[in-house]
Amino acid sequence: MKLLIKNGHIIDVKTGIDGIYDLLVEDDRIADISKDMDTEGCEIINAGGKYVLPGLVDAHCHLRDPGFEYKEDIESGTRSAARGGFTSVACMPNTNPVIDNESVVKYILNKAKREGYVNVYPIGAITKGLKGEELAEIGELKFAGAVAVSDDGNPVKSSSLMKKAMQYASMFDIAIISHCEDTDMAEDGVMNEGYTSTMLGLKGIPAAAEETMVARELILSEYLDIPIHIAHVSTALSVELIRNAKKRGVKVTCETCPHYFSLTEEACMGYDTNAKVNPPLRTTKDVQAIIEGIADDTIDIIATDHAPHHIDEKRVEFSIAANGMVGFETALPLAVTKLVRPGIITMGKLVEKMSLNPAKLLGISKGTLEPGSTADITIVDIDAKFTVDPEKFESRSKNSPFGGMELYGLVWGTIVNGKPVVSENILL
Amino acid sequence: MVLKSKDLLGLKDLTAEEIEYILDTAKAMKYVITSNNKRTPHLQGKSIVTLFYENSTRTRLSFELASKYMSASSANINSSGSSVAKGESLIDTGKTIDMMGTDVIVIRHPQSGAPHLLAKHVKASVINAGDGMNEHPTQALLDMFTIREKKGTLRGLKVAIIGDIYHSRVARSNIWGLTKMGAEVSLSGPATLLPPKMEMMGVKIYSTVHEALINADVIISLRMQLERQKKALFPSIREYSRFFGLDENRLRLAKKDVLIMHPGPINRGVELTSAVADHEHSAINEQVTNGVAVRMALLYLLTRRGINEAAD
Repeated sequence: MKLLIKNGHIIDVKTGIDGIYDLLVEDDRIADISKDMDTEGCEIINAGGKYVLPGLVDAHCHLRDPGFEYKEDIESGTRSAARGGFTSVACMPNTNPVIDNESVVKYILNKAKREGYVNVYPIGAITKGLKGEELAEIGELKFAGAVAVSDDGNPVKSSSLMKKAMQYASMFDIAIISHCEDTDMAEDGVMNEGYTSTMLGLKGIPAAAEETMVARELILSEYLDIPIHIAHVSTALSVELIRNAKKRGVKVTCETCPHYFSLTEEACMGYDTNAKVNPPLRTTKDVQAIIEGIADDTIDIIATDHAPHHIDEKRVEFSIAANGMVGFETALPLAVTKLVRPGIITMGKLVEKMSLNPAKLLGISKGTLEPGSTADITIVDIDAKFTVDPEKFESRSKNSPFGGMELYGLVWGTIVNGKPVVSENILL
Repeated sequence: MVLKSKDLLGLKDLTAEEIEYILDTAKAMKYVITSNNKRTPHLQGKSIVTLFYENSTRTRLSFELASKYMSASSANINSSGSSVAKGESLIDTGKTIDMMGTDVIVIRHPQSGAPHLLAKHVKASVINAGDGMNEHPTQALLDMFTIREKKGTLRGLKVAIIGDIYHSRVARSNIWGLTKMGAEVSLSGPATLLPPKMEMMGVKIYSTVHEALINADVIISLRMQLERQKKALFPSIREYSRFFGLDENRLRLAKKDVLIMHPGPINRGVELTSAVADHEHSAINEQVTNGVAVRMALLYLLTRRGINEAAD
């Protein structure tokens, strides 16, 4: 089968392509990129006026399957991902059972093969049961198909254990993703500690609870000379610590999420539980620092931290509401609206941070439109404006603080392994 | 005039005019409590439910008597021994109460914002009787009523609030209310028990109790919870009372006619000595009477909201 994407503005960082070209897909591979290609025998997609990008790769999401299918499962989660322009997603291990052994990895990979709309890559646990006590079988996880390890949501408290985990994982050349939070300092906080928490009478999580653990990971990484990836950076000092470490040559990479460059703690006013997330939404100063970190490449990756929750877990008292927000279907529009259109980053940088760099982190051969590579393609219209309506999300959960917001960047097409999954703005 | 909202969730949301109006109405209600015949028809045919997820003696009793003095039908729900204990959600409990024809739900809840959540999902008026660390608006209203009664006005008065500000919903409501009414509020307490950036609420924060007390017209002493010691928020009751407890010596820093208040229940010998609690300028007992008056006023104003709206 031949598929020809005509007249799109193609951006591929790896090959340095940035211009209007035609792109030919044959079966599941990218065959050619050139001008005015012969349309004969091809199914045509007219991408005039739109950007054609390497399929987006999400390095951090929660598909909730197995164990919490009432929030999301692989089918609904990958439908949502495709709708948001993601062609590959890496899912965190806080499922039930936890992804801490080969059989759960296999379960996810098999189910994704049967029901998935996009490529799914499981992230294994660092410790058995995410308990922070004993190492998970990281070697076995890797060989079963896990692309990274993380105890996301349950930070590894013991510095000694974290050191050993980094040493052990490095043997298998698998990335460690650290959710940085000193849970002792965070105590039972439910939002950022600051004026808004004081006004709302809610217990605060100090920025320092994140920053102290970021510092620890940087020190361990430097000491061991082993790479570390910091998940969902949310504070100004975290950015500064990482920027400094990078200057010294520490092998650190990091990600942030769209909500950390789009929203502040004020979104919690009125006890809006859709704005409850961990790490919490911070201050204007932090948002500014995150944007600067994205602009100067201190922040390598924009990940969604897509965290679906059932309405019954959100329509409760703020303090007992679940942490997290769905993110697949707003991530690219937020990046376009808040970063690309104001001129903070180019579309090329967006491709790096949402496709190429996450693919590198996870060690998967994605993130490029180089002929010969798998045909994972995202087509986006960055001039098309729309109003976010969570009720229309493909995700099983609707917990988004972005409802009603006007954003640019409509995902017009998503092609996974050569097959259109979203076409002309419609999920097939 | 009518109250703008169907609910009383906090003083954060009220205007100075609304506060003034509530306090004026409470003044009339106080005559009822102090008269021989404690029965008025203001709430005849109205139904009031108190829904308490935390223990309370005085606030609950105060609301209950306020309803009864005004001829309302009233009922209580305790979180233990009800469907709440069986894991029913707040919204479901609220809707159940709502569907029984309730006009006002008075809620106390350990989580900040719970009354706001309830209010969004019921037709009844919701009165916040204390939510987590957020607000306790009826307490602050009765405090302001007491101050106004004794001092004639709130404007320009210097009010010192001393103690565990961090966990105190009474402090937050008083800060919102007093600053709106033109009083100057100063705070003092252990640094571990002062919430961050509270000065942005328009108050002054002092690290020593002396500075906060100088020339104070009113002192509001807050209850120190002994459990806080276990969370390393302060070392001991002994040290707390040494540095922040109110005794007669410290009282001399304030104005001669200083008014001493406390939301109760008091820990004698901890946040204040018996000599201070029982001082001739102490209004601690009168606060309790005024609490009933303020709650009568609120129940009355909220239940007549729908009826007289057009006329107003």
